[in-house]
Amino acid sequence: MCLAVPGKLVSIDGSDTAFRTGRANFGGIVKQINLSYVPEAKLGDYILVHVGFALSVIEEEEAAKVFTYLEEMGELGELQEIPV
Amino acid sequence: MKYLDEYRDAAAAEKLRKAIERVTTREWTLMEVCGGQTHSIVKFGIDELLPDKIELVHGPGCPVCVTPLELIDKAVMIASRDDTIFCSFGDMLRVPGSEKDLLMVKANGGDVRIVYSPLDAVTIARENPAKQVVFFAVGFETTAPANAMAVHQAKQFGVGNFSILVSHVLVPPAMEAVLSSPQNRVQGFLAAGHVCTVMGYTEYEPIAKRYKVPIVVTGFEPVDILQGVLMCVTQLEEGRCDVENQYSRSVRREGNLPAQDLLSKVFRIVPRKWRGVGEIPRSGLGLTREYEDFDAETRFAVAAYTAEEPAECISGLILQGIKKPYECPAFGTRCTPEHPFGATMVSNEGACAAYYQYRRHLVRQKVA
Repeated sequence: MCLAVPGKLVSIDGSDTAFRTGRANFGGIVKQINLSYVPEAKLGDYILVHVGFALSVIEEEEAAKVFTYLEEMGELGELQEIPV
Repeated sequence: MKYLDEYRDAAAAEKLRKAIERVTTREWTLMEVCGGQTHSIVKFGIDELLPDKIELVHGPGCPVCVTPLELIDKAVMIASRDDTIFCSFGDMLRVPGSEKDLLMVKANGGDVRIVYSPLDAVTIARENPAKQVVFFAVGFETTAPANAMAVHQAKQFGVGNFSILVSHVLVPPAMEAVLSSPQNRVQGFLAAGHVCTVMGYTEYEPIAKRYKVPIVVTGFEPVDILQGVLMCVTQLEEGRCDVENQYSRSVRREGNLPAQDLLSKVFRIVPRKWRGVGEIPRSGLGLTREYEDFDAETRFAVAAYTAEEPAECISGLILQGIKKPYECPAFGTRCTPEHPFGATMVSNEGACAAYYQYRRHLVRQKVA
């Protein structure tokens, strides 16, 4: 039920941030989305959408963190595996 | 798709699995709160990848599953009226009521419609002024902002023939109910990433401290869940009980403030009955005075109706993490998705349905 899907914001209608809507592209499927709760969203942003509402703008830097962490961990793991 | 595919990467998952194996020295029981996470865990076999010392138990976070029987009956009563168009998310239609479900109402000629968004129900109401249009407002904090906006718009535009049947529940009181049960085995939580996208995670901080449990806000893809498990187990091994955020690409500590703002206008906190669990104080949402004209329970005079839960279904114990689906004598035999006894077998996110779909071998073992 709490499923939310990331989509790319491809158009925005209306300038009043409280009543904005826009269209988001979900891997080829484009849907009309209510943007009332993401006043900060701009064209090209990835938004997380649940039942037709954007709930957040995905932060690119934060999204990359797990992979940076894994890269660092990979180096650490290899060091630990060196036989003594 | 960006922000989905990379979090299903097998090499990343394997690295995290190894890291979990390295940090785990003792037995730990973790609960994933959200039904969406349960579905991912069982679908991708994440529980089977983890070291034997780590057990994942499935939490109460499936709103379809925890909606009490009497509310389904109320939905059936309202949907059966000739003057009504009853709108709902698709997964509520097959949840069994005392005598029938919403799909049977539809089959008997009732106007029951599946909608994608609650705003679609408001549009239907504007297009059908001679009919009463009711939306079944089920969900956790994730769905509440959408339902709040539907009621708010209906009020703003004077759509008087629209109302909602409210069945909104809140996650933190359910976690506290699990932790204060004498049968509780849960030592750490993976909190629900989309609930926290709306609400933030400050309300989990006192729970972590009071019950001495680590809580890690976690996403829904395999890499997210494995990293959430790693963060939670690391805390347990180090004797910490903090609230941490694995799902930081979407969740901010304070949550979504514009959404919380409208929520506090449209909804107030009320006690709610949870299917199989009973009433939990301050565990749900009801409409505030300003919006109470849009309450379908009052409009159709069904508020006083009550119903007893069927005795044979053990979904209450499954929702609290006390039993696994295959421990139910009816699982996979008399109770199947085609003929469900309870909601946990109906909803895609219900633990019983997930085990039925992906772990049928456990049924075979049980029969043998």
